[in-house]
Amino acid sequence: MTTTVVEPWAEQPLLRYVAESGARLVVLMTPAGQVLAQHGFVRAVDLMAASALGAAIVAASGALAEQVGERSFGALFHAGERHGIHLASCATPRGALIVLTVFGKETSIGLVDLFYDEFAAALRRAAPAEQLREPVLAEDFEADLNRSLSTLFQR
Amino acid sequence: MSAPDDIRPRAGAADAPSARAGAGSNASDPMERALDRISRVRGMRGSMWVSADDGLPVAQLLMEGVPGRAVAALAASLVRKVSGSAGAVGAGRVRFVQMEAAGGTLLVAPAPPDLLVVALADARVNVGLARLEMMRAAAAASR
Repeated sequence: MTTTVVEPWAEQPLLRYVAESGARLVVLMTPAGQVLAQHGFVRAVDLMAASALGAAIVAASGALAEQVGERSFGALFHAGERHGIHLASCATPRGALIVLTVFGKETSIGLVDLFYDEFAAALRRAAPAEQLREPVLAEDFEADLNRSLSTLFQR
Repeated sequence: MSAPDDIRPRAGAADAPSARAGAGSNASDPMERALDRISRVRGMRGSMWVSADDGLPVAQLLMEGVPGRAVAALAASLVRKVSGSAGAVGAGRVRFVQMEAAGGTLLVAPAPPDLLVVALADARVNVGLARLEMMRAAAAASR
């Protein structure tokens, strides 16, 4: 299984989280769906779909939280026959980040959630302070995306 | 029948575990009553019902400072691995797991199909009595 990172500070916390939780797939991303690090994905198309869907779910549940007067909801679990997912966001000095974890029967939602807390704390410690970024321009978007994909899949 | 020496009165005991049930804390609930009986064993620091597949606490009666989520997740993981080992050597279904460490003892009684009875105790615990109460609770839950 491969672990690749776009931002190097995320590597050690991610490696430890994967080892401890027994997760099969992990994506660390921004609320916009930009992938910062991943573990276990083989194809770029799967990673981009997972990150886009994960970010969309977090955005939707955040909007729902506002509707019912909550600041935000905690982690989201889905249990399937063979796989489960754990989706949560955490505040870091780099800004809010989203972690999507896919796990199998060899671990449990209890273990994943337990070690997610440690992962989130490690991300908070390791993340650099958020820098003012220039607005994303349409003409730069594809180049940025391709650069991230090249880094993640070493192409 | 007189109460065994190892059973202490729970009400008012300064170090008695406090109820923090994940699924309500109704004292008449059979699960709560089982935890109450287990927690009366001297040296017990807490007991809980845990979802076997998920490793999440279902109901718990823990002393202050006992990390319930961590105990639940790790106990479920331990039982899964021990069950795998028992299956591999043809030993059949695991009925009780006892893990002794320097700082205490972890006891787990699977209550098939979905639950585990988990207890965390210090070194002076009467394991036989704890096991009896836990097996009784597991058998009742499995019925």
